[in-house]
Amino acid sequence: MINKIVPSLAEAVADIPDGAKVMVSGFGGAGLPTQLLDALVEQGAKNLTIISNNAGSGGVGIAKLVLAGQVRKVICSFPRQPGSSAFDTLFRSGAIELELVPQGTLAERIRAAGAGIGAFFTPTGAGTEMAVGKESRILDGEEQILEHALRADYALVKADLGDRWGNLTYRRSGRNFGPLMATAARCTIAQVREIVPLGDIDPEQVITPGIYVQRVALAERSPA
Amino acid sequence: MSTGYTRRSITQIAQRIVQDIPDGAYVNLGIGQPMIIANHLPDDKEIIIQSENGILGMGPVASGDEIDPELVNAGKQNVTLLKGGAIFHHGDSFGMIRGGHIDICVLGAFQVSATGDLANWRTLDRDAIPGVGGAMDLAKGAKRVFVMMEHLSKSGESKLVQHCTYPLTGVKVVDMVYTDLATLQVTPRGFFVVDRVDGLSHAELESLSNIKLWETQDD
Repeated sequence: MINKIVPSLAEAVADIPDGAKVMVSGFGGAGLPTQLLDALVEQGAKNLTIISNNAGSGGVGIAKLVLAGQVRKVICSFPRQPGSSAFDTLFRSGAIELELVPQGTLAERIRAAGAGIGAFFTPTGAGTEMAVGKESRILDGEEQILEHALRADYALVKADLGDRWGNLTYRRSGRNFGPLMATAARCTIAQVREIVPLGDIDPEQVITPGIYVQRVALAERSPA
Repeated sequence: MSTGYTRRSITQIAQRIVQDIPDGAYVNLGIGQPMIIANHLPDDKEIIIQSENGILGMGPVASGDEIDPELVNAGKQNVTLLKGGAIFHHGDSFGMIRGGHIDICVLGAFQVSATGDLANWRTLDRDAIPGVGGAMDLAKGAKRVFVMMEHLSKSGESKLVQHCTYPLTGVKVVDMVYTDLATLQVTPRGFFVVDRVDGLSHAELESLSNIKLWETQDD
């Protein structure tokens, strides 16, 4: 029998080792798996590479990991956010490395990894700093640059419903990077609002099919 | 003040831009000033707003009970969804943007060059944290790129330039520029002045802009 449901958030992240590459879903706070990140702070893995759209703000989510000194490198499109001081301070002091990627290229690199594509050409970033050191070609009459697939050891995603096969649904714009990241990591861990019996999710409504998901953990209800 | 003209407010620039967005257009609004356009959409046109984080049919900013933390725009403000709206993941959203399906994208800018180069993602300030977001994808992928910006920088320098001195977002990507002083079209020979605020002469505008501006489409 397949049962991907793990009893706790802590157990879901227990084996993430030092130095792991970890994708984190979310666009600002929408779709951010805050409780899995809290569990990862508790767990204490260090020298992590975080792949996400942002680098955290305030003292929660990715910022909490950064503040705890667990992050060595961030691969993202937009680290600058109101309240992103945790990242800013460490970046300026050289304690955190930043790889800046245009948002669509970030999404496509993740999708490529999940779909078995090694690299692709895109016009995004051609003629800019983003093209420095990258192979380029003229395709369809315009300059395009080579971008490589981006994989991870783990993906932490926030979903809405999940079942024991790992099928997931999402809510509103909280979907963002979740379905892509789930395909591109060796181990995808979903934090879900509700665990439902097999068959409760209409097959037409499954956004991430269970094949991409290794662990499903129930989010604790936050006090209002 | 001896100037005989009044600058357009941000609202007025937004209203001017809306005049150039046709009924039925799919439009992406960049973070910052362009997001204001969502609050000035006319009732007589159906304009569908795409938000890079996976929304088509985005509505105005949410308030009160409408606020849903999982429904935000590119600037992470809480927004609403119109009837007929759709949600999709980031791969589909940027496939839509990069695949040339967005009719118009409105972006802010630090500088726009006479050949349509755009600089809007970082300055030369070494202490600033760089962030590119979706700007490079939008600049290259949208069918038409509109820029919404102040005509002059805070230090009074023209943001219309012969060559951008700030790092580029995209090469030859800008079609139209809407400022507090004028509306300009990027043409093969440079900036053509489509309109300018009342009381400002072409010569004054050109002097402030510190670059050749054309009064006619071709001559």
